[in-house]
Amino acid sequence: MLISCPHCGPRDLAEFSYQGDATRTRPDPASTDTQAWHDYVYARPNPAGPHREFWQHAGGCRAHLLVVRDTLTHEIHSTALARPSRAGGETA
Amino acid sequence: MAEYSALSLLKNALTGNRDWKPAWRKPDPRPAYDVIIVGGGGHGLATAYYLAAEHGITNVAVLEKGWLGSGNIGRNTTIVRSNYLLPESIRFYDFSVKLWENLSHELNYNVMFSQRGVLNLAHSPGQADAYIRRGNAMRHGGGDADWLTREQIARKVPGLDLSASARFPVVGGLLQKRAGTARHDAVAWGYARGADRRGVDIIENCEVTGFLRDGDRITGVSTTRGDIRARKVGVAVAGSTGRVLNLAGIEKFPIESHVLQAFVSEALKPFVDCVVTFGGGHLYMSQSDKGGLVFGGSLDYYNSYAQRGNLPTVEDVMSEICAMFPSVARLRLLRSWGGVMDMSMDGSPIITKGPLPGMYLNCGWCYGGFKATPASGYAFAWTIAKDEPHAINAPYSLSRFERGAVIDETGHGPTPKLH
Repeated sequence: MLISCPHCGPRDLAEFSYQGDATRTRPDPASTDTQAWHDYVYARPNPAGPHREFWQHAGGCRAHLLVVRDTLTHEIHSTALARPSRAGGETA
Repeated sequence: MAEYSALSLLKNALTGNRDWKPAWRKPDPRPAYDVIIVGGGGHGLATAYYLAAEHGITNVAVLEKGWLGSGNIGRNTTIVRSNYLLPESIRFYDFSVKLWENLSHELNYNVMFSQRGVLNLAHSPGQADAYIRRGNAMRHGGGDADWLTREQIARKVPGLDLSASARFPVVGGLLQKRAGTARHDAVAWGYARGADRRGVDIIENCEVTGFLRDGDRITGVSTTRGDIRARKVGVAVAGSTGRVLNLAGIEKFPIESHVLQAFVSEALKPFVDCVVTFGGGHLYMSQSDKGGLVFGGSLDYYNSYAQRGNLPTVEDVMSEICAMFPSVARLRLLRSWGGVMDMSMDGSPIITKGPLPGMYLNCGWCYGGFKATPASGYAFAWTIAKDEPHAINAPYSLSRFERGAVIDETGHGPTPKLH
């Protein structure tokens, strides 16, 4: 599996560290909604197909990436820096 | 007379082996059953067997989308053990080992359970302390555990690099003598035949495509071979849990599917007579009866439903086995493959009634499903038959995540790739 880092270009899987599902949103830290916290901490969509996920280019530029990857074929559909997409700008 | 015995072997030899019955029938699905089990792997077949054998519930169908035992029951490294730390785990897995000890007799089918021992190597004083603590917990829970010094390990496993210059010098090791290996396919076939002879319909090439519902209640399944109704539907589909629950309208669940690879080398003369695990990384290996070294390591560390992995993990596992056994460095690898693991959020399984009325769920086996097969089937059958959990699976509820009652052996928290 090759992941195209926006800074470094296509690099080997071994350089990256997997950070998991990117669709979760943390509840307001002051929230006491236990169901919302349960969902954030434990519930996963775990799709068979395109999966939005975070990776870090830990063995390279150390950027956090938002990757859309197919869990059935390991094909990578898109790669983008995680930060702008979180701010509502460019999305992967 | 038992179906398989020295006498039946002789009788069939005299008649040219023409009278053997197939180990299970190939029935067409009937329109309705008392219980449907989705998933014809080890756990599903064991569940059907114990429903029939322990609870007298024989109007049961096991639905398998491929051929019988084509999933993880045929893709594991065949290790059976109960060397756990937490009381819930010790109770459950030690019960499983006890079932294994009698399984060939119970099923009249040789599952080749070989109690050759599992040896966990420790490579630092801290790791040694942790293993000794675990051994004490195992003994306290009624199981067996022995601490071996480096000298004792040298006599038991001659090929290991026990030198002080090893990358991770060995300090000692925890041995569970009752642990070992079994013939994985035979487990599926033995349970299948036992269930079939008691009246269970095992229906292969029958994929579940949806659930029949009456309001919230599950009343059966739609399949590629038509609709089938049932009062109770049990789901035991391991790595496909997410996909099957999606069919029931459950979008999120405390499971991630990950790929785990396993490897077999070319055959050798007898080299190692127990299961050995490497504590300097993560590797478990044994030698099969055919002579090949069977071994595996960690997950590939990313969500996957593909039954194949990538090369970085292969390289990692190979470097670990060479660190343990320098003499295997020139061996050729014969085969490698991947299986899809249902990694739960605390590393422990879920065996429960629900999450919908009429549905029962058995999943979250992480790497450890094979050894659990008998106890999992036993507990799941109990839960389905009595509508309440057996004492051994009561802690493995789905609600434990909401209640904060997780059973986290490794202490990694809700990070499934690390369990």
